[in-house]
Amino acid sequence: MSATIKPVNQKAWFLILPVLLCVAFSAILPLMTVVNYSVQDIISPERRVFVGTEWFAAVLRDEELHGALVRQLVYSLAVLLVEIPLGIVLALAMPAKGWKSSAVLVTVALSLLIPWNVVGTIWQIYGRPDIGLLGAALNAIGVDYNYTAYATDAWVTVLVMDVWHWTPLVALLCFAGLRSIPDAYYQAARIDGASKFAVFRYIQLPKMRGVLMIAVLLRFMDSFMIYTEPFVLTGGGPGNATTFLSQYLTQKAVGQFDLGPAAAFSLIYFFIILLLCFVLYNWMQRVGTADAKEGGHD
Amino acid sequence: MARIELKLAHSYKANPQQDSDYALLPLDMTFDDGGAYALLGPSGCGKSTMLNIMSGLLAPSHGSVLFDGRDVTRASPQERNIAQVFQFPVIYDTMTVAQNLAFPLRNRKVPEAHIRERVGRIAEMLEMSGQLDQRAANLSADAKQKISLGRGLVREDVAAVLFDEPLTVIDPHLKWQLRRKLKQIHHELKLTLIYVTHDQVEALTFADQVVVMTRGRAVQVGTPDALFERPSHAFVGHFIGSPGMNFLPAQAADGKLAVAGMRLAAPRALPAGELRLGIRPEYVQLAAPEQAGALPCAVARVQDLGTHQMLTAGIDGLQIKVRCASDQALLAVGSTVWLQVLGEHTCFYQNEELLP
Repeated sequence: MSATIKPVNQKAWFLILPVLLCVAFSAILPLMTVVNYSVQDIISPERRVFVGTEWFAAVLRDEELHGALVRQLVYSLAVLLVEIPLGIVLALAMPAKGWKSSAVLVTVALSLLIPWNVVGTIWQIYGRPDIGLLGAALNAIGVDYNYTAYATDAWVTVLVMDVWHWTPLVALLCFAGLRSIPDAYYQAARIDGASKFAVFRYIQLPKMRGVLMIAVLLRFMDSFMIYTEPFVLTGGGPGNATTFLSQYLTQKAVGQFDLGPAAAFSLIYFFIILLLCFVLYNWMQRVGTADAKEGGHD
Repeated sequence: MARIELKLAHSYKANPQQDSDYALLPLDMTFDDGGAYALLGPSGCGKSTMLNIMSGLLAPSHGSVLFDGRDVTRASPQERNIAQVFQFPVIYDTMTVAQNLAFPLRNRKVPEAHIRERVGRIAEMLEMSGQLDQRAANLSADAKQKISLGRGLVREDVAAVLFDEPLTVIDPHLKWQLRRKLKQIHHELKLTLIYVTHDQVEALTFADQVVVMTRGRAVQVGTPDALFERPSHAFVGHFIGSPGMNFLPAQAADGKLAVAGMRLAAPRALPAGELRLGIRPEYVQLAAPEQAGALPCAVARVQDLGTHQMLTAGIDGLQIKVRCASDQALLAVGSTVWLQVLGEHTCFYQNEELLP
């Protein structure tokens, strides 16, 4: 070993400067303005009072917020419980090659191309008890369905709409995961006499772990931040049955112009998502196998 | 354990018209019970197709497959009770080594006590007893390949074990260990082993009988020795050996043999017409000038390979490679050397086939 000390090269800082600037302007500075609002009472643009953690305390005691948070958690959980298994089943059922495969891929991907507010509008009309195909049909066969009047109906409609809109994403991700499994695995399983279920349990599911993790995280984050579709479909009602966190936040910030509490709540919202994603990610890393680093490129 | 008979042809196309449409040309071949066979040939010669037909992963388009005289052409791999080891190790990631080895038996509902005993036996044979409780996904490539082999061996009634280039992803220094292990297992279990490879060293060291294939055709079935000494087809002479056999165009007439512009005395009766004279670099000898059966060649290149020298010499636009002892005095490039091409090891080919 030579005794010379490796010279420290500070030039690298210049190389990460552009990234630092981009991130600063796109994420850190906006976030800091929110932090700024959250500790002040803004009475008018000229008059503001520093209030410390008062807004945070108020927000955390807010009964309405507790209700929205519970609804949100139940909703995201329901989304994951329905969309992930359904996506896997769809991916397993999709044809693997040939023109049929291409046709199915395009068909499945269609709902992903529709903008959020259009999805809301589609389902708003589709579910109307008087003229909507779904609503009218349900009422015709004797089901008293009305998403503007009954909380359960509204809730189920919002959930079904999300399933319709986003299950294809899970299915496409799983399909990609399934296609990356070499034929030799299936051949070996045939030779080992494995049943269809054993093939799924010991080959397909473990090999899909990576894409499933992405699917779960994406669907969790997206559903936890859902805004447009329920806003268009039910407007949060009836009552507040479908008022989820982001809609509650918008009401506070834009509707009532309570900037301080809304900012405090934004930060809490942000940390909830961060924390849940962290927990989910680590849990999924552990549940599959101990060899996390290998799973990705295997 | 079983004797495998193939009487078949296979084409991936629906209506094969000419020879090139076939992945496997019509063939009739028998693999005896307990033999160690290698299917050797370049990529695309049909050896993997043949293996997949034997294992039942692929149904031949024509003809039949018999195991011990029983027609199994349409039987699944499971029904044939075959084991196969693939090019890339196939292991079940979420299982431990022991669970991997037990998997084929669990699927066949074998009693748990018996499974434990078999897994223990096979692990011992593969020298993996200490790793039974490890997660298989974390092991090295050669250990994984041993597991895939072990999954074939745990079934004691397995008809044959098929290998599809199993050492491709194994580090060179571990290859010979695994090969020796295979030999040992063959010796202990007396299983029919069939090994597909494009590596002649692997084939010749592993097998009692080597099937050399090219373009969908098995051109020679023989012991490694026979393939070396008496290649029955010019392709075998060219493919086996490093470097392969030297081939010189020749014409026989009136007891004389015209080779490379020289007229040599024919060593035996040969049919008239275009012939090829074949001789292994190992059997070409340096000769005295004007010696019978020798050709004057110009030295083009001499490579010292440590254990021996490889001499490349030219005559009349043809090349002859000669393997000389390493203590042979170095020949100067451009000098003339007389090479003995006629002798007891010289073979003659007409239309690529060996003349008896």
